[in-house]
Amino acid sequence: MKKQMLFLVILFFLVTVASFAEESIESLTAAMDMLWLVLTGALVFFMQAGFALVETGLTRAKNATNIIMKNLMDFCFGSLAFWMIGWGLMYGADKLGGIIGFSDFFKGPMEDPTFYRDWFFQVVFAATAATIVSGAMAERTQFKSYLIYTVFISALIYPVSGHWIWGGGWLAELGFHDFAGSTVVHSVGGWAALMGAIVIGPRTGKYIRTEGKVIVRAFPGHNIPLAALGVFILWFGWYGFNPGSTLSGVSTDISRVAVTTTLAGAAGAVSAMIVSWVWFKKPDASMTMNGVLAGLVAITAPCAVVSPGAAVVIGLIAGLLVVLSVEFIDKTLKIDDPVGAVSVHMVNGVFGTLAVGIWGNVDGVARGVLHGGGWSQLGVQALGVVTVGLWVSFMSLLLFMAIKAVFGLRVSEKEELMGLDITEHRAESYSGFQIFSNM
Amino acid sequence: MKLIIAYIQPHKLNEVKQELYRSEIYKISVTNAMGCGQQKGFHESYRGVDIEVNLLKKVRIEIAVNDSFVKLTIDAIIRGARSGDIGDGKIFVLPLEECIRIRTGETGSEAIG
Repeated sequence: MKKQMLFLVILFFLVTVASFAEESIESLTAAMDMLWLVLTGALVFFMQAGFALVETGLTRAKNATNIIMKNLMDFCFGSLAFWMIGWGLMYGADKLGGIIGFSDFFKGPMEDPTFYRDWFFQVVFAATAATIVSGAMAERTQFKSYLIYTVFISALIYPVSGHWIWGGGWLAELGFHDFAGSTVVHSVGGWAALMGAIVIGPRTGKYIRTEGKVIVRAFPGHNIPLAALGVFILWFGWYGFNPGSTLSGVSTDISRVAVTTTLAGAAGAVSAMIVSWVWFKKPDASMTMNGVLAGLVAITAPCAVVSPGAAVVIGLIAGLLVVLSVEFIDKTLKIDDPVGAVSVHMVNGVFGTLAVGIWGNVDGVARGVLHGGGWSQLGVQALGVVTVGLWVSFMSLLLFMAIKAVFGLRVSEKEELMGLDITEHRAESYSGFQIFSNM
Repeated sequence: MKLIIAYIQPHKLNEVKQELYRSEIYKISVTNAMGCGQQKGFHESYRGVDIEVNLLKKVRIEIAVNDSFVKLTIDAIIRGARSGDIGDGKIFVLPLEECIRIRTGETGSEAIG
């Protein structure tokens, strides 16, 4: 009896559903796109947690609350700024021949579901670019100055160069290919991080001058397991970042993009680990973690146009690049980047963008040097790297200098030594634990 | 032989270590300590609720030295730890009866130096 009732209920549902839904290829595609972009957008959002943990783990215990607050609030301020202004500059109606978009500020129609889908998917990318800088300027930046910076990058710096590439601007017209944002997202964050680290200067005691020689000191991160969890979360989020950038839930590229992403991240870790093993005699954990991220950043632009074999090569090179770059920036340039943000996001963002012009293998999108495409694609990629680099470096340099002049960028030396948790937030991260705050 | 015990601000430890090193004093023990003196406490806040923290974080340094090194050590600690503000810390000097190096069994000033 019960079975019969159940059968009737199911039959009733099937009949009603069938008679109400007017299914067509278009409506099904639209539904898939909607689900896919909101789902992958949520995955990209989760990368904020990854960044927060990586940065917390790789810095000292006395600054953990400050790092967490920066990572939380750059998303919050950034998403508001991106809704008010950023979206309009990035995806608004084109002005000045592809230089800038300008319309749709504070956009909020009650209809138009595809706008909301696209906005949600884009805001999490904008926030990723913004949060990269936090790590490079960690442990010495005034909290309020960081908040001012984060509004500007999300409202102005990121959207303008984003418009050139993803908003139908002049680089897109030239055929510049950046599938998921090696340049648009990562190198923008990386260049800003580099400028921030230069303007603010190294942490007190990082480089000690004695008798004409400069000793480079290490400040070990206080929680490597937390940093590792952050790397895993970032990698997980990257399955939204890259496969989601198909912008279509029915794209046939989704699975291959997921595979190239996986292989490049893995290869990046393998090569960074081997390089650190040979160089420092032991496999260095935090360097290997940087290797994972380096591979993932490098594959972000070419993930849809390269073969799995090329993805492995790109990952291996990225892992090597990140170790060399961390060493070069720290020991030669003496620029203090506590988490390696510049090496991961700027250096490998640039490399990944160029990789499109080398290993690209899809007709009509990007055909690289190694696949009979000649040098033209690589030339366009290089042009994009240079112009975006100049735009972001110049603007963020200007921004950080202005903040420094008006509000001050750095905490005092005493505050820095006591830790930003106490001095900026009047609270401890690990209440009840004994922390050596003199580290 | 004397035992020198100093309580200093945690963030001054590095400078104190460097000053000691410059005075060729290399043997030192450091522990985390909590305490309060003239500096009194400070205020933290948690979810808007004020917390009065009256035991402050300090670092305790212990150095056992031969008599000829006492002044040198004290001067080095002062140079490194002094900021002129309340809370810079205190130095105690205690007589030391005996000192034995476990590995060799040496005693007295040989074991210290």
